[in-house]
Amino acid sequence: MESEFDINQGGLRADGRRPLELRRIRMRLGVFTQADGSAYVEQGKTKILATVYGPHQPRGKAISSSTKDVKGIVNCQYSSAVFSFGAAERKKKPRGDRKSQEASQQLRHAMEAIINLELFARSQIDIFVEILQMDGSEFCVAVNAATLALIDAGISIKDYAIGCSITVSDSLLGEDDDGQCTEILDANWVEECCPSVTLSIVALPKVVDETETKSSVILTHGSGQRLHLSKLEPLRIKALQGCKDIRTIIDEAVKNHLEIFSIATALDK
Amino acid sequence: MLTSKSFYRKTKGGNIYKVVREHYLRDDIWCGSEACRKCGRRKQEILLDEENPGAKSTLFAMPHYLVLDTNIVLNQIDILDENILCNVIVPQTTLNEVRHRSSNVYKKLKEIINDPHRKFYIFINEHHKDTYIERKHGEIINDRNDRALRIVTHWYNTHLSKQKIDIKVILVTDDHENKSKAEKLGIPVVTMVEYVNSLENAGFLIDKLSKKSYILDGDARAPLFPCHLSPSQIHDGIKSATLIQGTFLASRENFLEGSVNCESIEKFILIQGRESLNRAIDGDTVAVELFSEDQWSAPSEVILIDEAEDDPGDVIDDENILAENKKIPTVEKTPTGRIVGIIRRKWRQYCGILQRSALKDNTHHLFMPAERKIPKVRIESKQAETLCTQRIIVAIDSWPRHSRYPLGHFVRALGTIGDKDTENEVLLLEHDVPHSRFSDEVLSFLPKLPWTITDSDVNQRTDLRSLEICSVDPPGCTDIDDALHCRELPNGNLEVGVHIADVSHFIRPGTALDREAASRARTVYLVDTRIDMVPELLSSDLCSLKSKEERFAFSCIWEVDHNANIITTEFFKSIILSRASLTYEEAQLRIDDERQNDDLTKSLRSLNNLAKKLKKMRLDKGALVLASPEVRFHVDSETHDPIDIEAKKVLETNSMVEEFMLLANISVAKKILMEFPECSMLRRHPEPPQVNFDPLIKAGRHQGFEINTSSGMELAKSLEAAQKKDNPYFNTMLKIVATRCMMQAVYFTSGMLQEPEFFHYGLACPIYTHFTSPIRRYADIIVHRLLAVSIGADATYSELLDKKKSHALCHNLNYRNRMAQYSTLFQLFFRNKVQLEDGYILFVRKNALQILIPKFGLEGTLYLSKKGEVPEVNFIFDAEKHIQQYGDIIFRPFDQVTVQLSLDRSNIQHEKLIFKLVKPVIPGFSIPYDSESIVTSGYSDKNTKDSPIEVMDISEAPKRKNINTPVNQKPVQLSKGKRKRKKKY
Ligand SMILES: [Zn+2]
Repeated sequence: MESEFDINQGGLRADGRRPLELRRIRMRLGVFTQADGSAYVEQGKTKILATVYGPHQPRGKAISSSTKDVKGIVNCQYSSAVFSFGAAERKKKPRGDRKSQEASQQLRHAMEAIINLELFARSQIDIFVEILQMDGSEFCVAVNAATLALIDAGISIKDYAIGCSITVSDSLLGEDDDGQCTEILDANWVEECCPSVTLSIVALPKVVDETETKSSVILTHGSGQRLHLSKLEPLRIKALQGCKDIRTIIDEAVKNHLEIFSIATALDK
Repeated sequence: MLTSKSFYRKTKGGNIYKVVREHYLRDDIWCGSEACRKCGRRKQEILLDEENPGAKSTLFAMPHYLVLDTNIVLNQIDILDENILCNVIVPQTTLNEVRHRSSNVYKKLKEIINDPHRKFYIFINEHHKDTYIERKHGEIINDRNDRALRIVTHWYNTHLSKQKIDIKVILVTDDHENKSKAEKLGIPVVTMVEYVNSLENAGFLIDKLSKKSYILDGDARAPLFPCHLSPSQIHDGIKSATLIQGTFLASRENFLEGSVNCESIEKFILIQGRESLNRAIDGDTVAVELFSEDQWSAPSEVILIDEAEDDPGDVIDDENILAENKKIPTVEKTPTGRIVGIIRRKWRQYCGILQRSALKDNTHHLFMPAERKIPKVRIESKQAETLCTQRIIVAIDSWPRHSRYPLGHFVRALGTIGDKDTENEVLLLEHDVPHSRFSDEVLSFLPKLPWTITDSDVNQRTDLRSLEICSVDPPGCTDIDDALHCRELPNGNLEVGVHIADVSHFIRPGTALDREAASRARTVYLVDTRIDMVPELLSSDLCSLKSKEERFAFSCIWEVDHNANIITTEFFKSIILSRASLTYEEAQLRIDDERQNDDLTKSLRSLNNLAKKLKKMRLDKGALVLASPEVRFHVDSETHDPIDIEAKKVLETNSMVEEFMLLANISVAKKILMEFPECSMLRRHPEPPQVNFDPLIKAGRHQGFEINTSSGMELAKSLEAAQKKDNPYFNTMLKIVATRCMMQAVYFTSGMLQEPEFFHYGLACPIYTHFTSPIRRYADIIVHRLLAVSIGADATYSELLDKKKSHALCHNLNYRNRMAQYSTLFQLFFRNKVQLEDGYILFVRKNALQILIPKFGLEGTLYLSKKGEVPEVNFIFDAEKHIQQYGDIIFRPFDQVTVQLSLDRSNIQHEKLIFKLVKPVIPGFSIPYDSESIVTSGYSDKNTKDSPIEVMDISEAPKRKNINTPVNQKPVQLSKGKRKRKKKY
């Protein structure tokens, strides 16, 4: 069968996007009434559901260590549905493998950074993220979904935590004769499969403006491959631009949701 | 930014899985016309002219753009290559199809597109909201693509006419169905033939039209070849393991024989006879059907060349010569099969000459490629008169079943046959050696003159200008990349320094200069010229470690004791001042002349002593000493014609320089591997599989020697032991045979292999690299950079540390090395000479002897009998013992003979180097041994049939690669024609 992703198409990616364009993002808040907060996000074909429970009393093993704490505890679980990978390669273990655990950890770091934890002393917030369909950049989308779920739950946050992936490769836009690398935002699964380095960057984009060049990136998700240090800074700047764009879209959606929500509640009264 | 785009999904059903991918359609893709006022213009894109686009055509009087169909690009690329057609739209659909179908054509198309004068515009129709179409149910992909092209053409026409722009857009296709469908829809459409014929002043293009169908004289004959299977049949066959996929390699010695190299089978699959070969051409990927074991055969001992002077028509001559081969012992039989289908053609353009048709006014001619493995090609040309004295390039178009030869078309002429520049051009093209002038962009990265050493340079480098450093090279060497010194230390030990030109100081990573050097990979030496890897300013001046000039070097300094044991090793960048550029001979004279006792001579003497000890240590470890005749040419300085060839004399000083270069390379390899375990560029020489040694073992056994090939050490020992008193050259010959059993040494990236695989078989050392010739090898530049980083003298950059990129680079370097190895010239030398030379029999064949002239490192065939001639002298061939016998004269491998060499110029189009037997004297076969006859016999013997003469295509002479026995390149270099020294490490 013809291969599709090594197509030379005048600077466009295989799916027709320009290098720094995002996929279509669609989202809904409050899809899951049982939880305190929930959000469903689609970025291209990557589809993720995030739910938030809490704040509630600490449970399980968290109790002993945290009772004295003045700050709240965040508990994250990042997992992929067995059916999320498409027919080609079914995931054997939905959660608990090393990759998911690592992602859970990093998600927790991201969430801890935005939640006003001092407001939730001696309480616990559970965040569950479920990947329903994988098509690249899952971790970043998961961060966005978790942020939205927190908003839906009414938990006080300082800013949106926005994830955006950037991928460096030399084969994604056809072969460049001069051997130059190309950087693309928001890679889909096919693009991630090409020999490349992918960085997932999570940022608080509100803090990022032109004057402040200092890093507002709170974490980067491992790329698995090596990246030369000199390349990092330009990548970060490009990814941050992507984060800002995503933020605009999400912000819009949140406002929209709140408007409808408030109208609905107003009507109820 | 994204929401404004319309959105589409396209589903692809694969074999088993359903694959769903997003496919975004856009509204911001521009049509590319300068005249258009509607589309948003993006900067720096190629514009299609507003004024007078399109060539002057009688068919289309109005201004027009062309839209190319895939078949046009694939078949008529040589037309597109001409500067006539401009303002052409290449739809993405076409581009993708071309890419999948032929990487060669794709590369060419890209070149044309990248030329801004040609104005070839890529239109991304698959992502344009108005031109994207979905495949209809039941529609095959080709039809869908054809439809897409019609839509594109239609869209362009409406798009332009809506704006009242008077430019027509015309679809060019050779596909009948596509054409008639387009005509029905009222889309302007034309075939390439019609279009070219309608052009004014473009008559010469007609010769270049691709010939897909060609009929010699009626077509009512039975086809000569069996049908090829369809792709799906091949696919099923391979899946069910009834067919095998592999690369077809034509035999150089027999045009009716070839082999297929399959990954799944260890041995080659032998293919014999025209029908089994079934139109496969060297390099094609083919599907093979293996015969049952009782039909297996062995490679024939016959040397056979298609000698048809005129087109013999579509008949198959008898192949009895091959058939005789049936009675072969089962041991010798190898898997045999026949080709049933072609998976992928690997046709390129071929250099060669035109064999003019004997009939006057006939426009059909035969083309004879310079590469012996390629069959003759039928072409059509009206300019045969002029072309027959030229070397020309021809492309193959097709090979129908009823045609004895493939059909092709003329591409361009290179120049007059025999002209030095033309011959060099042929050689360089055939070996894919990049040899165009350095571009201005590349030259812009050269240092500005006058170049001076600044204080900051001095501060960053160790100043070694006070040391007694000298270089030792062959005479006339201008690209000196190494120099040496040795001095006594206060503690009694010796300090030895190897100083290598600091090329990486001048060639910075990522520049155009760097990219060009990487792509050229190495300097290539021809008889009278050299094709530099880096511009001359660097290669012969600023980098070259000339005497009495201050130069930058990368130094490797060892402290050694008097037994050549290394105590410390150190690397740093330095400034040196070479005291003298010596030749090997001069250096040897200084060492031998006891009266000379200056510092430089003393230094050379210690180096020489150390080198002997180093060499002994190396050989004790099992390093191979293999023989390869190296020759150099004396070139007449006026005419640049070579006037003499002389075999390279091996002096002690040769081996002295060699030892220290080896030592430096090994030391550097260890250092960089320690620092960069993942991305070091190293060189390995794999141990050959035991089957490779079969010819060597056989050859040894015939002479009563047992060659042990179980390990490198054993091999070295048994080769040394195989000496014959009565034949001093016997040992060398045996080593030459051994050389041919070797694998090719290759560059690799350390992260791609396991450490045991790093081993260098020939040198018997666990790790090796190339550090000492950065002026002429790109690998050395990379190694310099790695070493510079590891000692903190330079910064890294990302490509250097990327093992995948490094791997790809190695691939190119290895490819270029392989190609460059074969590019050496011989015929020029023999132009005006008839010479007697001593030669040795390398192999005994059924109808010929393979003769090696050690003096020239030249190999050729002496025919004992020829097809179609009744020989006066009947030799009896003994396939068991590999001997030819006539009376009491027996020809065995390694026997000495005297032959006469001359160039047959009776046919100016096709000069042949002739070998004739002089000694031993065989009445009726050998030629008389007196000087008078030698003078006369050289030029006019063509018609005197009394002595079967050797026919060897001259341009093939230096190439000696045999399909089964890849020639090792290093440490035994088989390069022969190099005027400058090529070192052996
Ligand atoms: Zn337009």
